[in-house]
Amino acid sequence: MSALEVSRLSKHFGGVAAVDDLSFTVEAGSIHAIIGPNGAGKTTLINLLSGIYAPSAGVITMMDETVTGFSPDRLARLGLSRTFQNIQVCMNMDAISNVMVGGQTRVDSGFFAGLLHLPHIRKADAALREEAAALMAYVGLSQYRTAQASQMPYGALKRLEIARALAAKPKILLLDEPAAGLNHSETDEIRKLIEHIAKAGVTVLLVEHDMKLVMQVSTRILVLDYGKKLAEGTPEVVRADPQVIAAYLGVAA
Amino acid sequence: MLSQFLQFLFAGLTVGATYALAALGYTLVYSASGMINFAQGEFIMLGAMTASALVAAGVPLLLALALAIAFTTLVGVTMAKFAVEPAKTTSMTSLIIITLGAGQVIRGAVQISLGKGNHALPGLSDERPLHILGAALVPQAIWIMGLALVIVLVLFWYFNATMHGKALVATSHNRLAAQLVGINTMGILTFSFALSAALGAIGGVLLAPITFTSYDAGTMLGLKGFVAAALGGLGSALGAVIGGLVLGIIEAMTAAYVSSAYKDAVAFILIILLFVVAPHGLFGAKSSHRV
Amino acid sequence: MTIAPRTLGLVLLAIGLAAFPLLSPNAFAYDLAVRVLINAVVVIGLNLLFGYTGQISLGHAGFIGLGTYASAVLTTHFNWPPLVALVAGAAGTGLLAFVIARPILTLKGHHLAMATLGMGIIIAIALNNEMHYTGGSDGMSVPAFTIGSWTLSGDRNWYALLSILLLAAVWTASNLVDSPAGRALQAIHGSEVAARIAGVDVAGVKVKVFVLSAIVASVMGSLEAHYLEFATPDTAGFVRSIILMTMVIVGGMASIPGSLVGAALLTLLPQVLSTFEDGETIVFGIILIVTMIFMPNGLVPTLSNRLTRLRS
Repeated sequence: MSALEVSRLSKHFGGVAAVDDLSFTVEAGSIHAIIGPNGAGKTTLINLLSGIYAPSAGVITMMDETVTGFSPDRLARLGLSRTFQNIQVCMNMDAISNVMVGGQTRVDSGFFAGLLHLPHIRKADAALREEAAALMAYVGLSQYRTAQASQMPYGALKRLEIARALAAKPKILLLDEPAAGLNHSETDEIRKLIEHIAKAGVTVLLVEHDMKLVMQVSTRILVLDYGKKLAEGTPEVVRADPQVIAAYLGVAA
Repeated sequence: MLSQFLQFLFAGLTVGATYALAALGYTLVYSASGMINFAQGEFIMLGAMTASALVAAGVPLLLALALAIAFTTLVGVTMAKFAVEPAKTTSMTSLIIITLGAGQVIRGAVQISLGKGNHALPGLSDERPLHILGAALVPQAIWIMGLALVIVLVLFWYFNATMHGKALVATSHNRLAAQLVGINTMGILTFSFALSAALGAIGGVLLAPITFTSYDAGTMLGLKGFVAAALGGLGSALGAVIGGLVLGIIEAMTAAYVSSAYKDAVAFILIILLFVVAPHGLFGAKSSHRV
Repeated sequence: MTIAPRTLGLVLLAIGLAAFPLLSPNAFAYDLAVRVLINAVVVIGLNLLFGYTGQISLGHAGFIGLGTYASAVLTTHFNWPPLVALVAGAAGTGLLAFVIARPILTLKGHHLAMATLGMGIIIAIALNNEMHYTGGSDGMSVPAFTIGSWTLSGDRNWYALLSILLLAAVWTASNLVDSPAGRALQAIHGSEVAARIAGVDVAGVKVKVFVLSAIVASVMGSLEAHYLEFATPDTAGFVRSIILMTMVIVGGMASIPGSLVGAALLTLLPQVLSTFEDGETIVFGIILIVTMIFMPNGLVPTLSNRLTRLRS
């Protein structure tokens, strides 16, 4: 079964096509990487898939449901979650609350219930807090359980975003450059984490510049260039593709 | 009919020209720092009140005007140095609050030192109105429009032909990059406050002979100036001027043909509609947000 | 079983409110206390919108004014019972807030500031101009608050009623900010895009908190009118909006205790300055600037942070 099916997707900004007539399929349970030179349209694509941008043309199907043009919060409720290249952690909150925000769709977030602190909220919230703590441990952030987000180092914030995304219990997880700005050992930790997540049955869509990481974890790789598909296949196939080599090394094949 | 319409048009253009000057003040600070100075209206009031106090104290008119503009400029610099810079913040909300606070300080200080009454200021020339096609036009209105035009031309030259002006624009686009190429961004901020304070004061001393002035006149004028700046798309000098004139005319026509009681509300209804329909103004460039 | 800090805080507040009459305060002290209580409830509502959700409102006094004049006009000119007028005012204000919230709250930064400011000024202009109903800038008198044949009068009774309302406001607001809905508010403040991705209907939540804070302001405006037995357009004015804002900022953004402290400090301050009557504006301005420079988080959060750091 395919987790995500993208058909003839385009996004224009003014006259420029950032994503141009792109089609591909992501198999459920796979780790599907999207790579390409700067400006290839990777971030635009991930913004389209997560509903931040509405496509100019094309169809997005998520687990056999057409979701083209859906808002991010609607997609979240359908099981799609993501992290951000420029981290979007809520610095006004503590770390664990950030993770709990991820579970927002699974608790009653009504105002009335909140104002009166109805018993079912208290119970659900306590459970969510425990889950969030467990997720923080899962991504290796136990030491920050009582920390404010604003006190945490960059590498930890990247993991915190992953924990928040996982708190939504997503079926599909979009990771936008999870290793950017991390050192060698931190990147290795992230790799293990991604493999764990995929093993647990979550389909992972990975946008990443670190080629070593991509080649190590990916089931399939989609290579973008100027918003179009340049190549697609297993790491071995993509690595050997002369067009990919040319695009990356900047020489004619 | 025509003479009546013309009369309203003159009134609108006159007030509109001061809105334009206030709007230019906003535009300058916005261009240099990306922030809105909520004390801009108080600069207008401060200029007018200082000038009228000096004239009342026997200082010759032109000297009084020059001193009032210089003093207001100094207050602008003080505000940048002691209220905006020390906060070291880029949070839009914090900056709004700081400039609001500074505005309150200016207003309160004038209230204490010059009282709550209305103050008058003589015009720059003979006050007998001219008659054009049956409509009366006070000479001060011509001064206002003429000087507003001169200021716009000077600013246009400054932004487009001088190194300093270009540095100011560069700073607003990318503060860090501007610092890297050696622009003193803090200096630019202070300078923009000084210039916008001076512009506000000029608007104030020009308008006061027509409308009177008092310690609380700045708030409304400042808000109207902002509406004008927003109409023209924040950051566009030409837009600010057009926005000011358009707002002045719409207000005058509303007062004449709809309801004089609600003429002050027009600007705010306009601004809310504008923000909702076209948040970048009628002439402003679109900016995109990247995540 | 341990007592949660906010339950403890609520109990302490209740004790404090109950203890005040035991000090046998004079009429002047009661009057000040009532004014503090009214402002405190409004500021709690505004703090939910501004402090917690991060949506600036420079026109909040406009909502107070709508409540004030709904009560004043409906009871005086149409002989409505005060309680019905109060509810009608709150409903009308809520409806207005609901209608304008969606377009206005898509705005950010200075656009939002100016739009809310404009909204407040439009309300104030309308109250000033509808002379035949409102008496214009001279204001109008308002009858006492009656329910059936019972009349609420006397400082003590007003104090008691408003104390109960404050306790209710503190209790519900603390509940809210500690619930999933409250977390959504704070997430919107922290990162709108992150909140959306986490499944928060950002626009919808903003509308709700805006309407809630507007209704709170309207109800307190109604009560204030009956307490003072007078209504003036200044209630809705720009200056009052700025003062409310100052209370939130000085007391502490995103802090319920901060709202109380801010409201109390800035309601009492003008009394302290009474010898220096015209100095109010300038002092408020200085307080705003100094707070933003030296403790941008406000009094209560800054002090409580210091305290936790001292302990550890």
